[in-house]
Amino acid sequence: MNKNIVLCGVGGQGTVLASKLIAECAMAKNTPVMSAETIGMAQRGGSVFSHLRMGEGLYSPMIAEKTADLIIGFEPGEAVRMLPFLKEGGQVIVSARPIMPITATLSDLEYSGEEMIAYLRAHVENLIVVDADKACQELGSAKVLNILLLGKAVFSGALGFSEEEIKEVIRQKVPEKFHELNFRALGYAKQHN
Amino acid sequence: MHREFLMGNEAIALGAIAAGVNLITGYPGTPSTEVLETVAKNRQENQYVEWSVNEKAAMEVAAGAAYCGARVMVTMKQVGLNVASDPLMSLEYIGVKGGMVILVADDPGPISSQTEQDTRRFSAFSKLPCFDPSSAQEAYEMVQEAFAYSEEYGTPVFFRPTTRVCHGYASILVKDVEEYSLHKAEGFVKDSKRWVIFPRLSYQNHRKIEERNERLSEVFSEYERNRIYPEEGENAGTRKGIATGGISFTYAMEARDSLGAVRLFKVTTPHPFPEKRALEFLEGLDEVLCLEELDPVIERELTYLCGKYHLPVKIYGKLSHHVRNAGENTRDSVAEDIRKFLGEPDNDSARHMGIEQEREAPCGTADKGQSAALAGEAELPAPPALPVRPPVLCAGCPHRASFYAVKKAMKGKKTIFCGDIGCYTLGNAMPMDMVDTCLCMGAGLGIAQGVGRIEPDTSCFAFVGDSTFFASAITGVVNAVYNQARMTLVVLDNSTTAMTGHQPHPGTGQTMMGEVVSKINIEAVLRGIGVQVVETVNPLDHEAAVECVKRVESEPGAKAIIFKSPCIAVVKASNALKASEDRCIGCKKCVRELGCPALVIKDGKVRIDDSLCTGCTLCSQICPTGAIGGGKNE
Repeated sequence: MNKNIVLCGVGGQGTVLASKLIAECAMAKNTPVMSAETIGMAQRGGSVFSHLRMGEGLYSPMIAEKTADLIIGFEPGEAVRMLPFLKEGGQVIVSARPIMPITATLSDLEYSGEEMIAYLRAHVENLIVVDADKACQELGSAKVLNILLLGKAVFSGALGFSEEEIKEVIRQKVPEKFHELNFRALGYAKQHN
Repeated sequence: MHREFLMGNEAIALGAIAAGVNLITGYPGTPSTEVLETVAKNRQENQYVEWSVNEKAAMEVAAGAAYCGARVMVTMKQVGLNVASDPLMSLEYIGVKGGMVILVADDPGPISSQTEQDTRRFSAFSKLPCFDPSSAQEAYEMVQEAFAYSEEYGTPVFFRPTTRVCHGYASILVKDVEEYSLHKAEGFVKDSKRWVIFPRLSYQNHRKIEERNERLSEVFSEYERNRIYPEEGENAGTRKGIATGGISFTYAMEARDSLGAVRLFKVTTPHPFPEKRALEFLEGLDEVLCLEELDPVIERELTYLCGKYHLPVKIYGKLSHHVRNAGENTRDSVAEDIRKFLGEPDNDSARHMGIEQEREAPCGTADKGQSAALAGEAELPAPPALPVRPPVLCAGCPHRASFYAVKKAMKGKKTIFCGDIGCYTLGNAMPMDMVDTCLCMGAGLGIAQGVGRIEPDTSCFAFVGDSTFFASAITGVVNAVYNQARMTLVVLDNSTTAMTGHQPHPGTGQTMMGEVVSKINIEAVLRGIGVQVVETVNPLDHEAAVECVKRVESEPGAKAIIFKSPCIAVVKASNALKASEDRCIGCKKCVRELGCPALVIKDGKVRIDDSLCTGCTLCSQICPTGAIGGGKNE
């Protein structure tokens, strides 16, 4: 089972944790896994991405263009930015909530999430759009976006992991006080699939 | 042995621990930081760890321990090596007793650095051996081998990973604790002929170093990590070769798998260059393409060998303009370079193509337009204009308030704002626009003094963070006081080393070993050096901060303001502010002047993103209509 996954968003959104959880799931199945991510200067407010690869015969943690099976976009514009990595017929799971860069606010540039989603709809057949505003409001926390998107990926079958497998990894790798909230986010992703 | 999902830097750290490292020192710098942090987290008995004040100090502490026979590691990034170069260049002549690995992480791109300098070149310059890992697994194993080579040859060695090795993760095989080596230092043995550098010793040792490096070239030719693919015998008729190293090797291997037969040479020890192995690789080839990041080190070595041995092999790379000579390689760029190399026997047309294929897409983010042009295939239509998303000061960052206070206080006056290295370099962004210069750690002080010498009517400010203050700004203050310079030092004290991930430093009151120690007080240091006027103020109290700047700046000589307020990442945020829709008149003063990411405009009025707002209240203090309320005052 070789898979290439791109996770992308804005620094501070939790892309790194999501990629770690997926990697742990692969490890639990004895699947070799590699990843690489942006850290350092772009930590906050900048565009960030995580490349994640699992399977045999890999040399590099980086993904080539047009070879990603799945893109998990934490922000619509960032998903569009990474779209050249998606392979033909690949899947995109994206949060519809745009994050306004301060540069756009300052220059009075309108940056619209809807426009990005429309572009994705036009060019990605296998697309799941997550209404993050609504979901986070119903779940009572903006911090569950990553588990919510991860849940969508699990329940769409894109990752090849089961609900129980991802839960077990959350139990092991996430502090206990967040378990309940994270499991509710998974439940929400399942229910609204 | 067991499997773990590790970052390259973690793998290097665990490798060092497994090799029984006794002491590790360093100064934080992306992409090297996690090595020391991981050793601290996993250290065994008798393993000492410290964040040193700067790289020079780190190098010196490590050298002392290595003189005693301890296994030591010192960590830094490529620009940090410049700071440490003074002790380094002499240390090579002295040598070490215990294994000494100098980990210097290079940053192609660059992604978060001032330069794209190549430590492999520094290695040749300083005559030290260099190990260049290509993956997390290799880095884990190779760092243990590096200690052994260092001890065997009595020399410090460079270990030089690059960003994608440092920050890449892989599920790798590591030793269990029971399998770790224990290394016991025998202690310092006095011998002034060995440990005291003087000209005659330097001359003798220089000769020994040159002989040793010739020997090491032979030894490294037998080192199995300097490898030729495929193994002997296969593809004997191949006329084309690829020479590569580091992360580019992994890109080349994956491209090679899909592109077919070509001989490939992986250079793991770029210095001393494994000459014999290289000749074996060149045997029978017509053309070689060199794929490497930063400087054309492999390319120069192979070109030199072809000259030395009169080999009829054409060497292509950065020098021949077949691949671009700056920036980071990607999977796609390497695949494309190889594809063109294998498909284009004609030298002139290959050169022509090489020049055309300039790529500007940074750091693994594909730029669709350019990649479409490269591949010459039908691509996705251009997307709607994507937002530019440069890193910015965080919402609620006290540095924003500090810059803003200085800006307000100095409005209408002739000023220069000399910046430095840290989060606060981001004060260069609009709307603050408060970083006129930035060179290297601690340089802002010197630049401010230099400008003041030439333009006495300019009010010269130097901004420096608390960690950078200790790292390399103190010497600049001494210089300013002694030479009677007129300047204002602004210390942005957020009580941490924020940009690299909140490491402790002499001002925080704790060490990497977890001890609570007395804080070194910046104000007291400044007074001790002889700075007469030093004021400490909270930058989030806007009016008081502005008054303080005006007052201190008007004083003669070198004086200092300490803006003290903790980093938002180390304190809990208070209530988010709220903007009243009725009272907001849409003047956007807050957005235009502060540029805080938590301030957004919706339907012409200001809204506050409560997932970002920390309640610092700066915007409410400058709102002309009192439309913003809440936060810490609530």
